[in-house]
Amino acid sequence: MTFLIDKLTGENIMDFDKLFQLVIAASLINNFVFTRFLGLCIFFGVSKKMETAVGMSITFTAVMVVSAALSWVVFKYIMLPLDITFLKIIVFIGIIAAFVQSADTIMKKVSPSLYYKLGIYLALITTNCIILAVPLINSGENYTFLESMAFGVGSGLGFALALIIMASIREKLELADIPAPFKGMPISFIIAGLIALAFTGFSGLITL
Amino acid sequence: MAYTNKSNWELIKNGMFSENTIFRMAISLCPSIAVTNSLKNGFFMGVSVIFVQTMVNLTVSLIRNFINPKIRIPIFMMIIAGYVSHIDMSMAAFARPVYKQIGLYIQLIVAFASIFARAEVFAVKNKIIPSIADGLGMGIGFFLAMMIISFFRELLGRGALWGIPIVSGNPLLIMILPAGGFFAVGLLMGFFNWVDAKIAERKAAQETTEKQAA
Repeated sequence: MTFLIDKLTGENIMDFDKLFQLVIAASLINNFVFTRFLGLCIFFGVSKKMETAVGMSITFTAVMVVSAALSWVVFKYIMLPLDITFLKIIVFIGIIAAFVQSADTIMKKVSPSLYYKLGIYLALITTNCIILAVPLINSGENYTFLESMAFGVGSGLGFALALIIMASIREKLELADIPAPFKGMPISFIIAGLIALAFTGFSGLITL
Repeated sequence: MAYTNKSNWELIKNGMFSENTIFRMAISLCPSIAVTNSLKNGFFMGVSVIFVQTMVNLTVSLIRNFINPKIRIPIFMMIIAGYVSHIDMSMAAFARPVYKQIGLYIQLIVAFASIFARAEVFAVKNKIIPSIADGLGMGIGFFLAMMIISFFRELLGRGALWGIPIVSGNPLLIMILPAGGFFAVGLLMGFFNWVDAKIAERKAAQETTEKQAA
């Protein structure tokens, strides 16, 4: 397996430090929600309950890693040789939509119980900016195969972290006494702002 | 097929105010925070969205009778992606400095819930002119929201507008930090809710006095 990946990517797999740094950077320092502001629709949409937040995080991370891998392969071996990189938005969204659709179908067939739990999130994912942002950033930064996988994992973990923190706060928030105009969305934004402030503390943790 | 019976002006106003993407529907939020740290960025983002939204509505409305409902989602995605690539490349060519800052977010217009939703909810069921009006209204509503947010953020955070310094002294640096974006949007949203509640209150009061007078 190691040999295969080596062969496929032409890189040294033992460069573990760099990968680890990428995971940390993507999940904490450049957290997608709090410093890049992506995926906010889903972030505010599904963070009302802990259970949905956890389900969403799992589905999200899985889809993100796989779509990062798929689009890396397509970008490197089809789009670069044919010199059609200007089509990357269309191609990536196509890859993601196709993958999500097939994952949906396969999951329904293979594991109905899992589908029952996570299926509804899958439908939401296609039109999510983070899932598309990961391949776009990967291709922009010229990451190698393993690096883009690491970036995908880190981004997924970061999103999961943000979602779970937010969900646990919002569950408590139900009981709080908030001025009427701020109920619901506005107060969630202000809380997200406070968390974002905390996350700025991570900047400078490591330098890539 | 249920055509809308609203006039075009009503459709535009609907998109601008009562169904404003950011403050009312709370969708397509990512750029509302990401690119609003200066008025210029907000302006370019808003204009791009007006263009994409209108053109997507127009195209979907034009081909609405040929779309098979089963595969409409991929078709919409392709149409949207096409127009976004267009604006992405034009911007990379003609507005280089701005593109360097907000390029990623321009590309991510593809994943905008609002554009997709209008194609799905409105354009696919309506004739061309109302669809254009609806797209224009939605786009302008988004544009206005971006302008309002970035106006406050740049003024408070940098003491400047469009890069021109206006207020001297120490600016509130937090407003241009990531956290400030969340605060600005949250406070503005709360403010608009408050205004809405006040208007509804006044209307109700007016109705009761009219009833009493009658």
